[in-house]
Amino acid sequence: MRRKILVTIIIIVCFLLQSTVFQTLSFASISPNLLIIVIASFGFMRGSKEGMVIGFFCGLLVDIFFAEYLGFYTLLHMYIGWANGFFKKHFFPDDIALPMVLISCSDLIYNLAIYFFRFLFRSRFSFGYYLIHIMIPEIVYTLLISIVVYFVILKINQRLEHIEKRSASKFV
Amino acid sequence: MRRRSRFKIPTKYILLALTVFCIAAMYISFSLNLTGGPLNTVAGAIFGPMQRGINVMGTWISDKADNFKQLNEVMAENEELKSQVEELTQELNETKLEQYELENLRELLELDKQYSDYDKTAANVIGKDAGNWFQTFIIDKGSKDGIEIDMNVIADGGLVGIVYDVGPHYAKVRSIIDDTSQVYGMVLSTSDNCVISGNLSTMSNDQVITFSNLNDSSHKVQIGDQVVTSNVSSKYLEGILVGYISTISDDSNNLTRSGTLTPAVDFEHLQQVLVILEKKETGEEE
Repeated sequence: MRRKILVTIIIIVCFLLQSTVFQTLSFASISPNLLIIVIASFGFMRGSKEGMVIGFFCGLLVDIFFAEYLGFYTLLHMYIGWANGFFKKHFFPDDIALPMVLISCSDLIYNLAIYFFRFLFRSRFSFGYYLIHIMIPEIVYTLLISIVVYFVILKINQRLEHIEKRSASKFV
Repeated sequence: MRRRSRFKIPTKYILLALTVFCIAAMYISFSLNLTGGPLNTVAGAIFGPMQRGINVMGTWISDKADNFKQLNEVMAENEELKSQVEELTQELNETKLEQYELENLRELLELDKQYSDYDKTAANVIGKDAGNWFQTFIIDKGSKDGIEIDMNVIADGGLVGIVYDVGPHYAKVRSIIDDTSQVYGMVLSTSDNCVISGNLSTMSNDQVITFSNLNDSSHKVQIGDQVVTSNVSSKYLEGILVGYISTISDDSNNLTRSGTLTPAVDFEHLQQVLVILEKKETGEEE
């Protein structure tokens, strides 16, 4: 229960920051993708199921507020969370390389999917341009922000797991 | 708390069910042309006030950051500017004359008068699209304030975009610089129609959007000409300023011309917009 409330708060805070403050503080009109950081981190920290559920709700928020029709972003975010869950067995809290690689890969796949389904289908073919001017800057910016955000999420998760373990051992 | 983890549904089945759910939602909202419905209402009620609050804070922070950055520049500029004052004083007289001329011309065009005939309501921009691909934003007025889908949005005397979805206390606006946006425009000097389409790549490179299919074989349209919304547009009211032509070139068919135009509105610093509470009458039944 405590976990659910905390995760909900994290999602809401990240969504609000992303759609307001970071849009104003964007460099060269590129802003970082906080939701991807949250989804990917919970994916590889907690496994496919939790990543999937968190991805679903994050995507739903984006869909409700910014999409013309419901479902596309929900699906995309959900699969990113689910796929990150497969790296749970390779994840160690002390290792920073894997999370960074996974977060940037997730962001890349997210952007590629948007380009493919929503730009390529309207015959915008200059992929190189979009790669250099939209995708790569976003990934770099997201990575920079994720150094901070990821550690906050990691600490919250470790604290939660600690509490859960303690309360579970009481029953034994 | 009771543990009920004895029976678990495998993750892949949940994933499959949610995938089907999403695809169904996509199909339904695409075919019936609705987004969210009750979800919009709930989400809007929860997130609207928070976004408004945070946005005020964000604007404040970015203002402060700008101030700090500007302080150094201003010091250097101050010296430079002092020497320019003399020079500019002379130019001022000249400019005053030009200003007078400009005002006269504007009066002739009666652009301002046309706008003021419409009923408008002011709204604040409270959130922008979470990604970097699309240029949509949310405003803090919704259907309870009389806003409907397809209403035009203006700011600084120029066209901003169109309402494409509406909740009780918020509305989503697609701006004209969005990559999916298309507007029928008209060059004011020659009354030639053209299609203005938002473009992500030209917008982030040069802050311009593209226009095409301009029937101007006699080459009368020039750089700097005003482009307004056309009377043949089905959703945009007639005669709203869109921007000024910045480049123009012949198409390969030698019949039509295309190029880029600079929007009249500063989309980077958009905070307050006006929604025109009047929709274009097209004679079509809804």
